[in-house]
Amino acid sequence: MLEIRNIHKTYNPGTVRELGLFDGFSLSVEAGQFLSIVGSNGSGKTTLLNILCGSIPVDAGQILLDGQDITRQKEHLRSRRMARIYQNPAMGTCAKMTIQENMALADNKFKRMNLLPGTDKARIPLYREMLSELGLGLENMMQARAGSLSGGQRQALAMTMARLAPIEFLVLDEHTAALDPKAAEVIMELTDRMVKQHKLTAIMVTHNLRFALDYGDRLLMMHQGQAVLDAAGDEKKALRMENLLSLFNEISIECGN
Amino acid sequence: MLTSFVATLPSTLEQGLIYAVLAFGIMITYAILDFPDLTVDGSFPLGGAVSSALILAGWGPLAALAAAIVAGTLAGLFTGLIHVKLKVRALFSGIIMMTALYSINLRITGGNALLSLPRKAVTIFRNNPLADSLPADLRVLIIAALIVVGLKLLLDGYLRTRAGYLLRAAGDNETVVTALGRDKGNVKIVGLVLANGLVALSGAILCQQQRMFEVSMGTGAMVLGLASVIIGLNLFRRNEKVRITTKVVVGAILYKVCVAFAIAAGLSPMDMKLVTAALFLAILASGTIKRKEKAHA
Repeated sequence: MLEIRNIHKTYNPGTVRELGLFDGFSLSVEAGQFLSIVGSNGSGKTTLLNILCGSIPVDAGQILLDGQDITRQKEHLRSRRMARIYQNPAMGTCAKMTIQENMALADNKFKRMNLLPGTDKARIPLYREMLSELGLGLENMMQARAGSLSGGQRQALAMTMARLAPIEFLVLDEHTAALDPKAAEVIMELTDRMVKQHKLTAIMVTHNLRFALDYGDRLLMMHQGQAVLDAAGDEKKALRMENLLSLFNEISIECGN
Repeated sequence: MLTSFVATLPSTLEQGLIYAVLAFGIMITYAILDFPDLTVDGSFPLGGAVSSALILAGWGPLAALAAAIVAGTLAGLFTGLIHVKLKVRALFSGIIMMTALYSINLRITGGNALLSLPRKAVTIFRNNPLADSLPADLRVLIIAALIVVGLKLLLDGYLRTRAGYLLRAAGDNETVVTALGRDKGNVKIVGLVLANGLVALSGAILCQQQRMFEVSMGTGAMVLGLASVIIGLNLFRRNEKVRITTKVVVGAILYKVCVAFAIAAGLSPMDMKLVTAALFLAILASGTIKRKEKAHA
């Protein structure tokens, strides 16, 4: 279980550009929950993910993962329990390395980075099998550089890499936003399968209200560092696009968008 | 002009091979890690100073090379620590170490700006059983080639290990390194340690071959190595089958051939650095022009 307790975050404190984002925000996410977060620009969605992953520090407050305080834990140490998929598909893979090398790299996540061969040949059939499940033909181009792939293919590869090493937490940072509608569908279905299959706890920030409605079992709408809507279980199932849109319009008009 | 060029070709090749070791170091920082490391201008003469001083103190040539490597790795370690732990920009971290090393190198040589090894001194190229068994005019070439081929194979192997993968990932996409639960700063430090070890080794080999150390021999080492790496990478741009280490060796030799050609064409050795700079500019500019053509097409 993830608990965010009473966090405070202000950007550029003491300057004219001072921007108070979180002023005592709290959120808890049960293990195995798939939480979607929507909200207008500047509502604090991405900052929340950055705080959660340790990319930026909080001014005050606590973050607990299964009761363990990780507020000051470094980003790379947190990634031993969580994987993050970014909006930019280039962030999750190494462009100059081949698909096979990228897979091997991810497979070594919990191994010692010593002088043993980078690619364990015995694992290649597994890589191919995992990639063939994507249905994108990546298993037939193992020696192609990741940089030569399309955005959707690269995002699918990044997600498969995240799946190779055991993790508990999946953090999705508008991970379909840069893809074309078809690729976005494919990646979203892949995400859903992955979360269910591995019983992951997932937090997804998205601008796609339909994805937020269709997937996951809890929906949060953020506005100015606050949750203006938090619906889980049956309450979430009962949510309709009209409800979301009208609420979304309300908060958007309020801040002049 | 051509005859003087051909006459100096063997020594040009020797130089190319010795500087290929320097280029290996710069390949790690520039081409793999994407780190502009100016430590090189200090760690190259550092290797020469350590090796020359130790040989004069009676050390064997291989032990002197080993000590030079260790000294170079320490220089790289400090640059890395300055950059990663004190969060100083990459360029400044290198400049700080390079500047400090100038004095350190003078300390190592006991304040001498010049150290000469006597003709009877034992180096890897002279007065040892291997060198004595080789024809006199080819022994430097053969021994340098052996060293370069050995290092090339070692580096090829390293880049295929788990540690090598992580090093390549750090230069390619730091986010992936963090996602793998590793501290990207530590990976950079490892890269700088390896690179400067190689650079110092190159300086040490050069000093054993010339039987001379000169405190300002590092000036332009970075540019020279960088030019070699970029020539090699550009030459084989479309050929992904050729290993990066092979590209770099070819680049280093070609670079020295170009300089030798310029000197044979009538330029004085005094103009060496000018030739280096002009050549480097030509390579970079030709890359830009090619990119423009591509953009128009």
